[in-house]
Amino acid sequence: MKIHEYQAKALLKNFSLPISKGTSLTDLKDVESAYKAAGTPVVAVKAQIHAGGRGKGGGVKIAKSLDEAQKYASQILGMNLVTHQTGPKGQKVRTLYIEAGTAIAKEMYLAVLLDRETSQLVIIAAGEGGMEIEELAHKSPEKIVRKQIDPLLGFRSFDGRLLGYALGLKETVHAELTTICQNLIRAYLALDASLVEINPLVLTADNHLVCLDAKMTIDDNGLYRHPEIEKLRDLYEEDALEMEAAKFGLNYVSLDGTVGCMVNGAGLAMATMDVIKLAGAEPANFLDVGGGATKEAVTEAFKIILKDTKVKAILVNIFGGIMKCDIIAAGILEAVKTTKLSLPLVVRLQGTRAPEGLKLLSESGLPIQTAETIGDAADKVVKAAGK
Amino acid sequence: MSILIDKNTKLIVQGIGKAGWFHAKQSIDYGTQVVGGVSPGKGGTFMEEDKYKVPVFNTVKDAVEKTGANATVIFVPPPFAADAILEAAFAGVKLLVAITEGIPVNDMIAVKAELKRRAADCLLIGPNCPGVVTIGECRIGIQPGSIGKRGVIGVLSRSGTLTYEAVDQVTRVGLGATTCVGIGGDPIHGADFIEILKRFKDDPETKGIIMIGEIGGSEEEAAAEWIQKNLKKPVVSFIAGATAPEGRRMGHAGAIVSGGKGTAKAKMEALRKAGVSVVDNPSNLGQMMKKVLENR
Repeated sequence: MKIHEYQAKALLKNFSLPISKGTSLTDLKDVESAYKAAGTPVVAVKAQIHAGGRGKGGGVKIAKSLDEAQKYASQILGMNLVTHQTGPKGQKVRTLYIEAGTAIAKEMYLAVLLDRETSQLVIIAAGEGGMEIEELAHKSPEKIVRKQIDPLLGFRSFDGRLLGYALGLKETVHAELTTICQNLIRAYLALDASLVEINPLVLTADNHLVCLDAKMTIDDNGLYRHPEIEKLRDLYEEDALEMEAAKFGLNYVSLDGTVGCMVNGAGLAMATMDVIKLAGAEPANFLDVGGGATKEAVTEAFKIILKDTKVKAILVNIFGGIMKCDIIAAGILEAVKTTKLSLPLVVRLQGTRAPEGLKLLSESGLPIQTAETIGDAADKVVKAAGK
Repeated sequence: MSILIDKNTKLIVQGIGKAGWFHAKQSIDYGTQVVGGVSPGKGGTFMEEDKYKVPVFNTVKDAVEKTGANATVIFVPPPFAADAILEAAFAGVKLLVAITEGIPVNDMIAVKAELKRRAADCLLIGPNCPGVVTIGECRIGIQPGSIGKRGVIGVLSRSGTLTYEAVDQVTRVGLGATTCVGIGGDPIHGADFIEILKRFKDDPETKGIIMIGEIGGSEEEAAAEWIQKNLKKPVVSFIAGATAPEGRRMGHAGAIVSGGKGTAKAKMEALRKAGVSVVDNPSNLGQMMKKVLENR
């Protein structure tokens, strides 16, 4: 789960990270009090959306007076912010963050994330901040510093010194850098984060370090022990269908194509999308009804797929294991009736009692096409969607 | 022969609740020696139903001492699963199969580090995996027992249902399978592809290997490198998620392309370079395996 910058900063403050004074607001009448609360003549006016690239898209402005702050706030609040991460549709700005200005001497990049190869956390840092780390990794990978975090040893002072020299920082701020890294790791673990990114971390003109931006992602698997973070979920940033699917324990990701699909198992669901593409169309969604699909899950899944108006045809791909295909077939028939399905439907059943299941479908009198292989099913559904 | 498990494997079930008991019974039907269950507070009782009867112990330590169990399957809910894995490891169980989906990733960081430090000789499979089956001998986990016939192909995969697809297909083309291992869909898991490939390499009964990967991480790339250097047996592979959008988690917590890393394309290229036969359509796994074996 992603959270906003202002939310991440509020959480990180509890871990003693150096964060400037700032106020979030959703109404322009609060700009003046937010400006005054910042306590500096120069403030940053920042759009709060989950996507990155806000600055380039015009969602972050530096205001040198209250008048300017008000001007920028009125421009940004409510705007449709388009960045390389939002896609062409953009994201409407519903919250602003007004933060005290900082005199910047140097911008850097600092992040804590999981290194899957070693199953350890890793600190990633670079002496150049502000730009996308992927871009830097591509252009000058030698400028990126990595430090594995042994869970038993943590981040030590010497790690901080090595990092400080690598970033070109003077010895006088090495202790500060060490503390920041230690606290970021502490926050990462305590909050069940899957990413904490400070971009940029800045060296101020008076030789201190400040976290100027903060991006945090929380591990969905860890959310159960953080009800306070669950409350930070911004429903405007989430896909409504995905949220609804989650309520029924379905894994659903909305995509841009025309072929709706329902599959049991995440791997098979991805594979089904891939084969639809090979057959010449685009999948409308990823939908995993679970390895041991039940009748109820199948019905709910149909309802979710049908709410997506882009869908022109549906492919059901089930590999029956413990759950037998004839039972799944009965579930499909019931779902087709309950939802009064009028779109073309192709069903591929394989595994335990697949012939019996396919027979049930073909004898039902309903306009359902059946298939034996994924390839065959994809060809049929793509043809149907093209009509 | 086979790998990891066989008819002599003695299995206990940690978290012998609804799902745990259901699958314990399926495993017993398959011929697996299910020697006990672990459920704190229920020690000394039995799980009983029809012909099934399994003693329950309070701790894994008790279960191991009384039954000589050498493998465990973990169905414990996510908040307690990391603890259950460590309990089994420190009780001396050598094969731990964790089925549980949804364990916080940070819990697994600690588990991996502890296993490495204090139980290096024990092998963890999963979490978030369908388990291990040695066809016709032993079933640990949730894979359907009905789909495969014993034969010569080893199957390993990050996905459940795609594993079943592969087993079904190699059975249909007349090859059959030896052992099927689901290594799990979480970003941090126990055995990786290489650890299982090593065992298939050393198993004389396994003549060919089907390896099913998916987007996210770089395990497939590492496996490709290892295969090129160490493996003479033919490998057929499919990588799921070529059409998955960047930055979205596709069902499995570990199935995510981020920062341009972990794409299906890069994995397929690495595997092809290593001499692996990569199919674009998972329906062709069985046929391709047959073709590759015939052309040798």
